[in-house]
Amino acid sequence: MRSERPPALFVALAAVGVAFFVLPLVGLVSRASWQTALGDLTSPEALTALRLSLVVSLAATALALLLGVPLAWIYARVPFRGRDVIRALTTLPMILPPVVGGVALLFAFGRRGLVGQALDAMFGIRIPFTTAGAILAATFVAMPFLVLTVESGLRSMDRRYEDAARTLGAGRWLVFRRVTLPLIAPSVFAGAVLCWARALGEFGATITFAGNLPGTTQTLPLAVYIALETRPEVAIMLSLVLLGVSLFILIAMRDRYLRGV
Amino acid sequence: MLAARVALRLGTLDLDVTIDAAPGEIVAVLGPNGAGKSTFLRAVAGLVPLDRGRVEVDAVVLEDVALRIHLPPERRPIGVVFQDYLLFPHLSALENVAFGLRARGVAARDARVRAGSWLDRLGLSEHANARPGALSGGQAQKVALARALAIDPRVLLLDEPLAALDASARGSVRRDLKRHLASFAGVRIVITHDPLEALALADRLVILEGGRVIQTGSPAAVTQRPRSRYIADLVGVNLLRGTSAAGQVAVAGGASLQSADAVDGEVFAVIHPRAVALHRARPEGSPRNVWRGRTSALDYQGDRVRVGVEGEMPIIAEVTPAAVRELDLAEGGEIWVSVKATEITVYPA
Repeated sequence: MRSERPPALFVALAAVGVAFFVLPLVGLVSRASWQTALGDLTSPEALTALRLSLVVSLAATALALLLGVPLAWIYARVPFRGRDVIRALTTLPMILPPVVGGVALLFAFGRRGLVGQALDAMFGIRIPFTTAGAILAATFVAMPFLVLTVESGLRSMDRRYEDAARTLGAGRWLVFRRVTLPLIAPSVFAGAVLCWARALGEFGATITFAGNLPGTTQTLPLAVYIALETRPEVAIMLSLVLLGVSLFILIAMRDRYLRGV
Repeated sequence: MLAARVALRLGTLDLDVTIDAAPGEIVAVLGPNGAGKSTFLRAVAGLVPLDRGRVEVDAVVLEDVALRIHLPPERRPIGVVFQDYLLFPHLSALENVAFGLRARGVAARDARVRAGSWLDRLGLSEHANARPGALSGGQAQKVALARALAIDPRVLLLDEPLAALDASARGSVRRDLKRHLASFAGVRIVITHDPLEALALADRLVILEGGRVIQTGSPAAVTQRPRSRYIADLVGVNLLRGTSAAGQVAVAGGASLQSADAVDGEVFAVIHPRAVALHRARPEGSPRNVWRGRTSALDYQGDRVRVGVEGEMPIIAEVTPAAVRELDLAEGGEIWVSVKATEITVYPA
C-alpha cells in the first residue's frame, strides 16, 4: 500500500470519529465498581439473566443452523424465480428496527396472530412471553447473519470437489455431509458465531414479542436496561460482560473483520 | 470396453463426439482449449447430462437419451483423475483413497487397509497421513490415481493429469504415470492439450476441435498425416488443403503445387519446413514448385530459424542462422521459395 501524508482536516475528523467510539467504552469501564464486581455479577438477577441469555442465544443459534444452512444451500445452488425477493425478505431483519420485528412476530405468533391463534386453539401453545418466544425473537433477528455467511461460503467453494466425490460413489447426501460441509466449515462457524453474538445482544424484538419476565424472557440486554434504573453498578458489570464477549468474537474472527482489504 | 456418443450444447460449445475404446487401450483425447475435451469427460462420468447420445461400458448402458436412462455419477463404474487432482483438503491421503470404498459401503477398517495397500503400491505409504496440502504435485497425482483406482472401475478417465505440475517434475511423473496406467486393465482415456503427453501415454489419439473429432489414429499416423491446422502446428509442419488431379494440387487461394504422390480429389498436402528452400533470386534447375513471397517473421529456435513467407502461398521454412545471414533475410524482404515435388506428401482429405 502506498502511504500518503493525510490532510490535517482528515486527521482531525478521524480523531473525533475514533473518540466517538472509544469514549463510551472508557466511560463504562471508569464507572465500574470493581470492588463489588464479583458480588454484582453473582447477584441472583444477574445470574438468572446470564443463564437465560446463554440458553436463548444458543438455542437461537441451533435453530438458525438447522433452518439456515439448508436455506443458504438453496440460495447458493438452486436458481428459481423470485429467489432474490425471498432472499431480501429473509435478510430484512438485519436492517429492520428490531422493535418492528417484535411487533410483526406478535401478529404472526401472538395469541391473535396468524399462526399463534391456530397454535393456541389446536394445541394450547402460546409463544409470546415465554422463553420459546425469546428464542424465536432472537432467531428472527440473528439468522440472516448465518444464512448470508454460509451462502457466500457455498458460492466461493470449488464445486468440483463435489463432482470428485460423486464419481467416487457418494450420493448427494453423503457428498454434502463429508465434502461440502467440511469445506464450508469455516463459513458455517463464522456464521454461527455472528448469529450467536447478534442473538445475545437482542433487545427490541425480545421485549416487544416476549416481554421482560425475569427468568423467562429477561435476557442480559433487558436486565441491563432494567438494572440501570435500580442498580446501575449491576448494569455496568453486565454491560462489561457483553462488551467482553463482543470484543472476544471480534478478535477471534480478526481475519474476517479486522484486516483492511 | 467403452462406447460413447456424447452430444450436448453447453454455453458456446456444441459437442458431438463418438469415442469407442477397447479394453486395455489407452486413448488420448487431444485438442486445443475450448475444444470440449473436459466436457466430454464430465459427460461420460455422468456429471453433465447428454442432449443426445449414449454411453455404454462393458455392454452396460449408463446413459441413453432415447431410452431415458441416466445413471448418476456415483453409480457408474468410472474412475476419474481430475485436473488439479481435487484431493479433499480436509482428509489425509489415506482417507482420500478410502473415500470411494467407504461411499460404496466398505467397512471403515477394511477400507483403510485397502487404501493403505493402494498407497503402498504407488510408493506413498509414508505419506498416508499427510494432508493433500503437504504433498508435492507428483505425490498428489498418485494419490488421485490411487483414489480413482481403489473403487475398481472399468474405465479410468484422466483430465490433464500433468498440467498441474512444474515442467521440471513432468518428465518423471509422466514415466511413473505410464507405468501405473499400464497396470490397469480397463479402458484408459487421457484428456490433454499437450501433444507430448498424448504421444508418450497413448496407443491411439483422438483429435478434438470445436466439439468434433477431426482425426483419430495411432500417434504415428496422426503426426505424419495431420488433418487439421492444430495438429500441423503442433507437429510443426505446413499443412495445405486443395484439390489434386494428376499430381497437380490446386491450393485454396489460386496457387498450385506439383507433387510426386498421385492422389486425386480433395487432399491435404504436408510440407516439412526443412524441405522449403529459400533463394535471393529465382532458382534454376529441378524444383517443380517455385514462387515468390515476402518474409513475414523470423523465429529463432536454437540452431534453427523458422521463416514465415507470405505471398500467394504462405509457408514456413526452416533454415540455419548462417543461411539467414547469407540470404540477408529481413522481415518484409522479397524472397524466392522452392519445394521439390518429392517433398510434398499428399493424402486424401
